[in-house]
Amino acid sequence: MLILNCPYCGRDVDETDLHAGGEAHLKRFGPGSSDDEFEHYLFMRENPKGVHFERWRHVYGCGKWFLAARNTATLQVYGTYSAQSTEPPQHILDAIKEAQA
Amino acid sequence: MRLTNHGRLIAKNRPVHFTFNGKRMRGYRGDTLASALLANDQILLGRSFKYHRPRGLVASGAEEPNALVELGRGDRQEPNHRVTQVELTDGLVARSQNHWPSLEFDVGVINSKLSRFLPAGFYYKTFIQPRAFWKHVYEPIIRKSAGLGAAPETADDHSYEHFNITVDVLVIGGGISGLAATLAAARAGARVMLVEQTAAWGGRATVDQPRIDGQDAQDWIDDTLAALATMPNVTLRNRTQGAGVYDHGYALCNEQLTDHLTQSDGPRQRLWRVRAGQIITATGAIERPLSFAYNDVPGVLMASALRDYVVNYGVAVGERTVLVTNNDDAYRTAIALVDAGLSVPVVLDARTVAGGELVERACARGIRVETGKAVAAVQGGKRVTGVRICDQVGDGTVTEEIACDCVAMSGGWSPVVHLWSHCGGKLIWDDTQAMFRPDPNRPPLGADGAGFVRAAGTANGHLYTAESVADGFAAGKQAARALGFDKKVGAVPQGDCAVEDPMEPVWLMPANASYDKRAKMWLDYQNDVKVTDVQLAAQEGFESVEHAKRYTTLGMATDQGKLSNINGLATLAMSLDKAIPEVGTTTFRPPYTPLPLAAITGVARDHLFQPVRKTPIYDWHDDNGADFEPVGQWRRPYAYPRGSETVHDAVIREVTNTRENVGLLDASTLGKLVVKGPDAGKFLDMMYTNMMSNLAVGKCRYGLMCSENGFLIDDGVVARIADDTWLCHTTTGGADRIHAHMEDWLQCEWWDWQVYVANVTEQYAQFAVVGPKARRLLQTIGGMTLTKEALPFMQWTEGKLGGFDARVFRISFSGELSYEVAVPASQGPAFWDALLAAGEPLGVMPYGTEALHIMRAEKGFIMIGDETDGTVIPQDLNLHWAISKKKTDFLGKRGQLRDHMQDPDRWKLVGLETLDGSVLADGAYAPEDGTNANGQRRVQGRVTSTYHSPTLGRGIAMGLVRNGPNRMGEVIAFTKEGGGTQDARIVDPVFYDKDGEKQNV
Repeated sequence: MLILNCPYCGRDVDETDLHAGGEAHLKRFGPGSSDDEFEHYLFMRENPKGVHFERWRHVYGCGKWFLAARNTATLQVYGTYSAQSTEPPQHILDAIKEAQA
Repeated sequence: MRLTNHGRLIAKNRPVHFTFNGKRMRGYRGDTLASALLANDQILLGRSFKYHRPRGLVASGAEEPNALVELGRGDRQEPNHRVTQVELTDGLVARSQNHWPSLEFDVGVINSKLSRFLPAGFYYKTFIQPRAFWKHVYEPIIRKSAGLGAAPETADDHSYEHFNITVDVLVIGGGISGLAATLAAARAGARVMLVEQTAAWGGRATVDQPRIDGQDAQDWIDDTLAALATMPNVTLRNRTQGAGVYDHGYALCNEQLTDHLTQSDGPRQRLWRVRAGQIITATGAIERPLSFAYNDVPGVLMASALRDYVVNYGVAVGERTVLVTNNDDAYRTAIALVDAGLSVPVVLDARTVAGGELVERACARGIRVETGKAVAAVQGGKRVTGVRICDQVGDGTVTEEIACDCVAMSGGWSPVVHLWSHCGGKLIWDDTQAMFRPDPNRPPLGADGAGFVRAAGTANGHLYTAESVADGFAAGKQAARALGFDKKVGAVPQGDCAVEDPMEPVWLMPANASYDKRAKMWLDYQNDVKVTDVQLAAQEGFESVEHAKRYTTLGMATDQGKLSNINGLATLAMSLDKAIPEVGTTTFRPPYTPLPLAAITGVARDHLFQPVRKTPIYDWHDDNGADFEPVGQWRRPYAYPRGSETVHDAVIREVTNTRENVGLLDASTLGKLVVKGPDAGKFLDMMYTNMMSNLAVGKCRYGLMCSENGFLIDDGVVARIADDTWLCHTTTGGADRIHAHMEDWLQCEWWDWQVYVANVTEQYAQFAVVGPKARRLLQTIGGMTLTKEALPFMQWTEGKLGGFDARVFRISFSGELSYEVAVPASQGPAFWDALLAAGEPLGVMPYGTEALHIMRAEKGFIMIGDETDGTVIPQDLNLHWAISKKKTDFLGKRGQLRDHMQDPDRWKLVGLETLDGSVLADGAYAPEDGTNANGQRRVQGRVTSTYHSPTLGRGIAMGLVRNGPNRMGEVIAFTKEGGGTQDARIVDPVFYDKDGEKQNV
């Protein structure tokens, strides 16, 4: 059972208090987008063995969505950050780089 | 056979009575069921899975594969208990398993004669051809003979509980290394929990009695336990299995609370849900069998197990025991047997040289030791009668026969690496000791990327006392240090025991055994997997260890790699001409030994399984005969049968009365979401397919919500409460889901929009007042003007209604004149009573969800979950009018533009009426000629809602039919329950009051 730090509550939270929301940083494609763009947005996921940016909601807590950078193979968590991010922040990228060094 | 003056765990002054297969037997307090059965000379304890061969005890602990019994009766019956783990209690009832008609005489043993036809992969091979043969012949036979114990037929009567605990260090295993680890970690200042699966602490050291810190091991164990018991930061739990190690330091431990007591109150088991910073697996090691012919005959068992029985319980399997080994440790058994007055005619040591301290001690007792020798075959059927001896090097030419009634074997030791491996800890092959042990460089990783599991003691490959106790102490210290606990831990305990010569791996005995011999060497006693089965699997291409396991069933069921693993791997490796580490191991998965499902469930059963949500007037419903149905987590009245009325009659009465007089519906369960803020209108325009931003304050609008895929996910009436505030009604089951859906989009996509959403579903009691006399009823209560002019259809108002704080919506889901009145939840019961009182002269009656369904179906209104199933777009339901053409974007718009959604042949909503007035079957399909690409019968539609309409006096239905709206008047056939078809005409789905005159008065 994973432990993730909710960046809003500042607390380490058990997986049972969270709701997983799949891959993070998807760009929405609405009307006017091509079939390929729409297909990619709606269905195509990275599902990597390794570093994964993902959405979580502290559903039995503050109710806020947040994002996590996690290694799906080793279960290492590089950090959690605001859902209001269009890309992983630098400190998360640094943590990943450091762990992989 | 009970020995006098032996048995350190039993109390000979406390006899205990029990029954085995109905036979009354006697043991002592302190016995396990296993030792008590041996004391009663019950050697035959079960039958093997496939060939039904006679089976006796092989082990003395959790790894016992054969002696599985069913305990208890009725609601306390439980199968598959290992007798080695059952503490004997007075009145215990045990029955052996997997035999018919009796243990002594089992018809299934015929399988053994047919073993030629039951090779490895038998099950898979029979899957193939002919198909009918599998269904009618193989499957019934296999089902009858399969399975170990029988599943209980009644619900478990015991109670179970869960404890949550957070500790710094969890130590699994209460042997000397686990005790040392606990001591070190606790002295360093960490909070430590130590669990031990058996009742007794100290592990194997209590049997073999090495010396630690100059004391007998037992004294050191007692002193250490006493010291730990006084430390406030230590939790000690015996009879507690470390069942599983999971992500980020989570572990499950299951404590047996009452099975060992004759009488008890309270829960039977306690599941500890542990969060630990560091976990130490001091889980010991398991001795492995040797592969020689007929090594499965009852009376052949592990050397260490036999030693346990003699030393701990004062019981033996036989008078004359032949010992066969490839290591020094097994000599301890020979010594213990002779010291107990039993005879050891010979020790067969497969090694060419044997000269360690233990060997010398054995020789000094006059025990005959033969090196380079092996067992060619065990003699006997239901019990050992002798062994044939041969050279280990060679094909098994018999050099001597020795009569005996017990064979003790030892193929060396395998560390218990299960808990280390559960969460991804890797293993390395130790060539010297011929074992897989934990690789300290590749432990399971925690959230911080550092290892959180440490193996210690024999579980870490340190088989000797001195190393083991020191390794445990070091692991405890390191675990505490890793968490920042830096108090002094004191001196490392010094262990001392006999110096042993190296073991020599023996995977086949004798080395060049013939096929006939190999076909009688059991690797897995429980599942009847023999050396030749694994060799066949390899030959047939199942080279991956995971494939070979599944093909042969090696290590399946309760074994899970405890006893059979390494011998199976070695056999596979030899067959593939590979080294053992190249073959690798199968995956170890929790739990270590089986847990009852009830232990995992804990208290979450019956009424605590899932909380029931109740509306403010639930008690009134209950008191007034409501027939409830579950809707999500709610219980809603389906109907209110009166007197001798059937539920169906009640539904008919409720519909008729509502259409003719006035009815009341408890609609409190409908979701109510307040959406507020400067951008709320813009946000709702994205959420709904229709426009909500232009809804005037005071007005209501029916809205549809879609997923990005375009599929309809919810519907409901939206009311604009104020300039910046909307109230969105959702379906009963949709409130939480749609709330979460809105939050997701607000937080993760349009986070710059100023909107907030609050779920106020449970803040209100909401009642629908429905029927031609609805207005008169509300006017009787008085306080608000609710005329057609003052409150037109699809508007709302608020005020004091008979003293209640009411918000009144003029909306209708029945086609009748209808008001939905919301009052604060606390006022709900009083308001409901007021409605009933005021309505009495008007003939008011409450109605349930079935009447609601019928009335909405008569009007052709859709229901989420009936007309929709996650593949239906609003256009399929002819709801084009509720889809904005002006809006450039809303959730689902792009999805609905895809080719398949534009297909003119999509199944679309129509009404259906049978030609004879009967009711169509729910979910019935409309078959048509021909088959699809999968060879299945083609279909052209299906029924989504179907009812008997009391208003029309006949069956009405809605359904989705290919291109349906263009086929009005056409008659198509639908399937009927029980076979055949039924004709129905495609009609307009609005069956009642097409022009909507009744609701608009």
